[in-house]
Amino acid sequence: MSMLVLEDVHTHYGKIEALHGVSVEVNKGEIVSLIGANGAGKTTLLMTVCGSPQASSGRIILEGRDITRDPTASIMRSGIAIVPEGRRVFSGLTVEENLHMGGFFNTKAEIRKSQDHVYDLFPRLKEREHQRAGTMSGGEQQMLAIGRALMSKPSMIILDEPSLGLAPLVIKQIFEIIGHLREEGITVFLVEQNAHQALNLADRGYVLETGRIRLHDTGKNLLANPDVQNAYLGG
Amino acid sequence: MAAHNLKHALFCAIVTLVIAYPILGFNLTSSGTNIVLEGAKTHTIGLVLLAAVAVFLFQLFRDNITGLLGKAPALNPLANRQPMEQSKRLKLESTLLTLIIVGALFWPFFVSRGSVDLATLVLIYVMLALGLNVVVGLAGLLDLGYVAFYAVGAYTFALLSQYYGVSFWFALPLGALLAALFGLVLGFPVLRLRGDYLAIVTLGFGEIIRILLNNMTNLTGGPNGIGGIPDPTLFGMEFGRRVKEEGNTSFHETFGIAYSSEHKIIFLYLIALVLAVITALVIRRLMRMPVGRAWEALREDEIAARSLGLSRTAVKLSAFTIGAFFAGFAGTVFASKQGFISPESFVFLESAIILAIVVLGGMGSQMGVILAAIAVTILPELAREFSEYRMLIFGAAMVLMMVWRPQGLLPMRRIHIELKAQE
Repeated sequence: MSMLVLEDVHTHYGKIEALHGVSVEVNKGEIVSLIGANGAGKTTLLMTVCGSPQASSGRIILEGRDITRDPTASIMRSGIAIVPEGRRVFSGLTVEENLHMGGFFNTKAEIRKSQDHVYDLFPRLKEREHQRAGTMSGGEQQMLAIGRALMSKPSMIILDEPSLGLAPLVIKQIFEIIGHLREEGITVFLVEQNAHQALNLADRGYVLETGRIRLHDTGKNLLANPDVQNAYLGG
Repeated sequence: MAAHNLKHALFCAIVTLVIAYPILGFNLTSSGTNIVLEGAKTHTIGLVLLAAVAVFLFQLFRDNITGLLGKAPALNPLANRQPMEQSKRLKLESTLLTLIIVGALFWPFFVSRGSVDLATLVLIYVMLALGLNVVVGLAGLLDLGYVAFYAVGAYTFALLSQYYGVSFWFALPLGALLAALFGLVLGFPVLRLRGDYLAIVTLGFGEIIRILLNNMTNLTGGPNGIGGIPDPTLFGMEFGRRVKEEGNTSFHETFGIAYSSEHKIIFLYLIALVLAVITALVIRRLMRMPVGRAWEALREDEIAARSLGLSRTAVKLSAFTIGAFFAGFAGTVFASKQGFISPESFVFLESAIILAIVVLGGMGSQMGVILAAIAVTILPELAREFSEYRMLIFGAAMVLMMVWRPQGLLPMRRIHIELKAQE
């Protein structure tokens, strides 16, 4: 059963085509990694799923429903959550308030429940509950960004470069959490430059190169693939 | 005391001379039909030189002086106190506010007519600034054409009363709603704009409204403005010496008191006070509602806000519309207070002053904005004795404020919403 399907998606920025017909499929309960170099179009692909910019052709189907032409706000309210690149927590708001923003469209009871759940996942956030998000370390902010995305109780979570600019130890922690999310039944679509860890964790992986999918295989096979090793794993 | 300081101090002193000498050092005196340029008295020139020396010395020893000033707050026992607990602070604040409002209700009966009139103006600015605070302070949308909505409110009342004889109380909601509609209309084209671009477009919008009012001579009377705008009535009672409209009674006859022109002034003040309080309370309420949090989220990070499913369109338009609504409110009261309006009253400087109030008060902070509205309106009046220098003093006060308290008079303290307390 597929969660998210992209069929021959083309995306333009003005006249420039950034995605030249990308097809990706993410099944329910999987972790799928998308790897690629700088400028390959990874973030563009995610933004297209979110409807900003919208795909110029092709189809995007979320749980059997065509969302290609839906406005961003309604896509983001239909069971999908994104952790944007560079975390983007509300730095002037406290940790708790950030989390509440994540559950903006839920009832108070639901918010309370998801908040407790997030604090279970990230005990560090509980300690920092009333601290302003901007004063926390990068790793803590990344935890908060993931926690905030989880507040809307999504069935699928998209992570854009969660390891960006973090210490190796913190990256390890973040990836453990991502693995844990799969156990909870949340589908994960992970976009990473940190190819080794991303593929290690993933059930399947896609390699994106200059707006096209170059390779598609299981995570293990991609790790063993000599081309991938040369290009993304430093030989 | 590096050479750098000396150079800088010299430069500052020269700038002082260059600016002050032409302004203060020459006098224009009329002799017959001509105007003659004369040098000022030696004593004035002496003062200018003294000022330059003072600037020089201050800049030279700046590090020492600021060092001394930096130590000063340590002597202040209040500087190190712990912030009050939130519940305690809120209680204290609301008690204080109630006291101030009650005081403000009775205050006009004991002071001069001029002060009441000025206070009414202050309250109009309070309404305007609170409205703009929603747009700039909370939603973070820099609006330089805010005065347009003020104009819409004022002209709605003026035109309706001129052509259809509509009274103040009917025009009040109409003016506010029409201004809100204009806010909505302006909101659409600027949805995608941010920062500087947004500022320019809103600036243009403000000018368009003013120029339209100036040129639609048939409808608005153009630069001649609209006069004879009626005063508000109290349950059909008029405040004039003689009743203007058939069927109305006059206030002083109904209550059997002697006629006094002060009744009307005080009544207008009370209306403005009630409306300002309503504005403050409504916006305070909105700030704690989801829409208020959405405004703040959008200001903090637009991409993050959108990633959480907030609609940029809805959030921005609501801020523009609500801000404009209260400007319309203020405009109607202004038209009624003045009795005459013309496009002159709605120039860009007004927008700038309202924006200055919001920034001086502390973006997003209601108490700060109210304080700043009072200060900015009253300060030029107090400085009237220095007549020609009052704008100078006003400007200097603003510069000093921004240097010492860039976050505003009373920076915004976010209200912490506790979910658990409601269990």
